[in-house]
Amino acid sequence: MEAKIALTGNPNSGKTTLFNELTGARQHVGNYPGVTVEKKEGTYIHNGDKIHVVDLPGTYSLTAYSEEEVVARDFLVNENPDVVIDIVDAANLERNLYLAIQFLEMGVPVCIALNMIDAAKSRGVEINAERLSTLLGNPVIPTIARTGKGKKELITAAVKMAQERERKDPLKISYGDDLDEAILEMEKAIKTSNFLTDTYQARWVALKYLENDKQILSKGKGINPSVSARLEEIVEKVSLHLQRTLNIYPEAMIADQRYGYINSIIKQGVIQHKYDQNRLYTSDKIDKVVTNRFLGPIIMIAVLIALYQFTFTYSEVPVGWFESFFGWLGDTASAHLPDGLLKSLVVSGVIDGVGGVLGFVPLIMFMFLGIALLEDSGYLARVAFMLDRVFRTFGLHGSSVMAYIVSGGIAGGCAVPGVMATRTLKSPRERLATLLTVPFMSCGAKLPVFVLLIAAFFAKNEATIMLAITLISWAGALLVAKFLRVTIIKGESTPFVMELPPYRLPTFKGLAIHTWERTWQYIKKAGTVILGISIILWAMMTFPGLPGSRVQEFDNMRETVKVAAGETAVRELEASREETKLSGQSEALQNQLIIIDGKEAEEGLRNSVAGRMGIALEGVSKWAGFDWRTNIALVGGFAAKEVVVSTLGTAYSLGEVDPEETGSLSETLANTPGWSPLVALSLIIFTVFYAPCFVTVVMIVRESGSWKWGVFSMAFNTVLALVLATLVFQIGSIMGILVS
Amino acid sequence: MKKHVTPLATVPAGKKVRIVSLAGGRGMYARLASMGLVPGSEIEVIGRGAPGPFIATAGNCHLAIGTGMAQKIMVSENGK
Repeated sequence: MEAKIALTGNPNSGKTTLFNELTGARQHVGNYPGVTVEKKEGTYIHNGDKIHVVDLPGTYSLTAYSEEEVVARDFLVNENPDVVIDIVDAANLERNLYLAIQFLEMGVPVCIALNMIDAAKSRGVEINAERLSTLLGNPVIPTIARTGKGKKELITAAVKMAQERERKDPLKISYGDDLDEAILEMEKAIKTSNFLTDTYQARWVALKYLENDKQILSKGKGINPSVSARLEEIVEKVSLHLQRTLNIYPEAMIADQRYGYINSIIKQGVIQHKYDQNRLYTSDKIDKVVTNRFLGPIIMIAVLIALYQFTFTYSEVPVGWFESFFGWLGDTASAHLPDGLLKSLVVSGVIDGVGGVLGFVPLIMFMFLGIALLEDSGYLARVAFMLDRVFRTFGLHGSSVMAYIVSGGIAGGCAVPGVMATRTLKSPRERLATLLTVPFMSCGAKLPVFVLLIAAFFAKNEATIMLAITLISWAGALLVAKFLRVTIIKGESTPFVMELPPYRLPTFKGLAIHTWERTWQYIKKAGTVILGISIILWAMMTFPGLPGSRVQEFDNMRETVKVAAGETAVRELEASREETKLSGQSEALQNQLIIIDGKEAEEGLRNSVAGRMGIALEGVSKWAGFDWRTNIALVGGFAAKEVVVSTLGTAYSLGEVDPEETGSLSETLANTPGWSPLVALSLIIFTVFYAPCFVTVVMIVRESGSWKWGVFSMAFNTVLALVLATLVFQIGSIMGILVS
Repeated sequence: MKKHVTPLATVPAGKKVRIVSLAGGRGMYARLASMGLVPGSEIEVIGRGAPGPFIATAGNCHLAIGTGMAQKIMVSENGK
C-alpha cells in the first residue's frame, strides 16, 4: 500500500533531521504555490511499501500568525495525509505538546515522535512514553533522530495508523464555562447552515472565530456573510464579557486552557525531573562567550570573514575547472562548426551564457555548505540575535546580514546565492526587503568594472575608492530597505522572539543534503530559463547584422592591407599559431587586421538591437555623462556584470577584452575625450545601483514568488541608479570637480 | 502579600521570575503562548539586552526576546 505521511513539529525539534534520516537523497524541494515557504517531499520504503513523506514547515502553533502556520494547516485540510507524525522535543515537552493538542483538536490522526530523549535524559528529564500515549490516546514513540534510533518503530506505528484509517473524534478541551457555552452556540449555527463544514470541523471553526483567526474569518465572510456576522456577534459578546470579568481576550483564555490541559496530563506521572535544573549546560557556557557584549561581535566578524574566505578561496579551484571546461567546449565548437550565425549562437549564446551561469555552481555549493554549517550548528541564530538591533532600525531582521555578506557585503560575493540565502529569514516583509536590496552589494562581477575605471582615472587612490564603493553600497542597500519598508512593503516589524537552539554538532548527512538540494535547484534553473534569456541577449547584440555591402567593404579593406603587406607576410601569418613569433612585417599586418576586425565589430554592435537601444538611451543617459558605447555595455551588463567590460572593449573597437586584463582598455578610456574622472565616478555609482543581472532577477522572481518583484527590481534599481549618477555628474560638472 | 510586578526589561541577568501577564496586543499573546511564554510560566534571564534582545530560558529552551517585547511581558519575582 502507499501511505502519505506529514511531518510536523516545533522549529528545532529535530524534524528536518528525521526527514533527512527517513528520505535520504530521495527528496524533492519546491515551494508551496504562491508563498515563499519551502515544500520538501520524499519517499521512504518500509517493508516494501512506498511511503510518501512531506516535511511541513516547523511551527509553534496553528494560528494564522505566519505563512508557515497557514501552509501547514492548509496542507492537513486539503491534502488529507493518512497520518501526521508530530515531532516533539522531549526536553521541552509542555510547549511542544501545545502544537500536538491543536492537531488533536483538528481531528487529524497523530503519531507522536518523542524526539531527543537522550538530550532530555542528560538534562534530568525522564518521560514515560507509554503513560503519555494512554493519556493522549495516540501512539508515542521515543526516538533519537540524529542516530536513527526509533525510526523503524515510529514508521511501523504510523503505517499501522494509516492502515486502520480509524478517524477519531476531535479532542474536546473545556475552555471554561463562558467559552464552552459560546462554542456550543456557534457550533449549532455552523452545523445548521453547513458553514465551511465541507472542509473543517464545526467546533474547530468556532474556535478559530474565537481566536480571531484572519484566514478563517475572511473565508467565512466570503462564503456566507450572514452566518459569519452571526458568529462574530457571539464572539463579540463573550469577548466583552471575558474582558469585563477577567480582563482577558478569548484567544488568551484558549491558550491558557490548552496549557492547563497539557499540565493535567503530564502531571499524571508522565514526566519526572531527576535532578536540579540549575546546572549550566554546555550550550549556556558557549553562549556566555559567543554572545558576550564585547567578545561576541569580534567572534562574529571573525566567523563571517572565515565563511567568506572559505567560500571564495576554496571554490576558486573548481570554478576554474568549470571555466576551463566551458572554454574548451567553446573552442571545440568554434573549431568544428562552420563560420556563421549557428556558430555564433552556439558559442556566444549557449555555451558562454549557460557556462557563465553554471560556472557559479561550485561557488554556490561552497556558500551553502558554509551556511548549512552555521545554521545546523545553531550559530546563525546567535548572529541574527546580535545584529537584530542594527538591522531593525532599517526595517530588516538580524538574519538579513547573511544575505548581504554573501552578496558582496565584503566586496567580491555574488547576489545569486545572496538572494537564496534570504530563506533563513522567516518573516515575509523583512525577507522581501532584504532580497530586493542585496543586489546593491559589490558582487565579484562588478569588481572588474570598478577596477577598470579606478585604474583609468583614480590609480593613486585605489584602496580608498574601493572602500568608498563598499560603504556606498551598504549605505544604499540599508537606506533603500528602509525606504521600501515605509512605502511599498509597509507593515510593522515582526516582533522579535526567536528560539536560540542549543549548539549541536552538524551531521555530515544533514550538511550534504542541505547543500546539495539548494545547489540542484540552481542548476535546474540554469538549464531552462537562463538558457532562454542568454539566447535572447545574444540575439539582441547580433541582429540585425551589418548590411552585406558594409561587410563587403570591410572584406575589401582586409584584402587591401594583405596585398600591401605582400604574400610572404600573409602566408606566414596564416601558417602561424598563437605562440609563434612573427616577423616585423607579419606582425604589422596582424595588428592592422585586428584593427579592422575591431572596427567591424564596433559597427556591428552599433547596428544591433542592443546598439540601437544604447543610442536611443543617449537622450537620458547624457545627463549622467554616458554615451552610446557605455549604454550598450550597461545593457550587456544585464546578462552578467562582467560583460560590461568586454562590451566596452567591443564598443571601443578593441576586439575581445579579457575582463582580467584590462590595461589597454583603461588606457583608451583615459585618453578618450568625453571621459573624465567625473564620468567614471558617475558610472561607478550607476553600476552599484542599476538593475541586477538576469540570473539574480530570475532568483528574485523565484524566491519572492512573483514576476512583479523581478520587474520591480529592474525598473526601480535602474531609475535609482540613473538619478544618483545624474546627481553626481551634474553637481560635479557645475562645481567643476574631477572634470579633467 | 502583594506581588511586585515589573516588566521583564528591568530584570537583571541571572534572576528567575514568573510571568504575570502579557501586555501586548491580541496577536502577541497567542504568539508568545505558542512559544511557551504564558502567565504562570517561570523564566530565567540569562543575558540582559539593551541594546539588543534579551536571552531568557523558559523550560529547557533559550529564547531571544526583543527589548520592545520585554517591556510588555510583566513578571514578578519568584516565590513571593
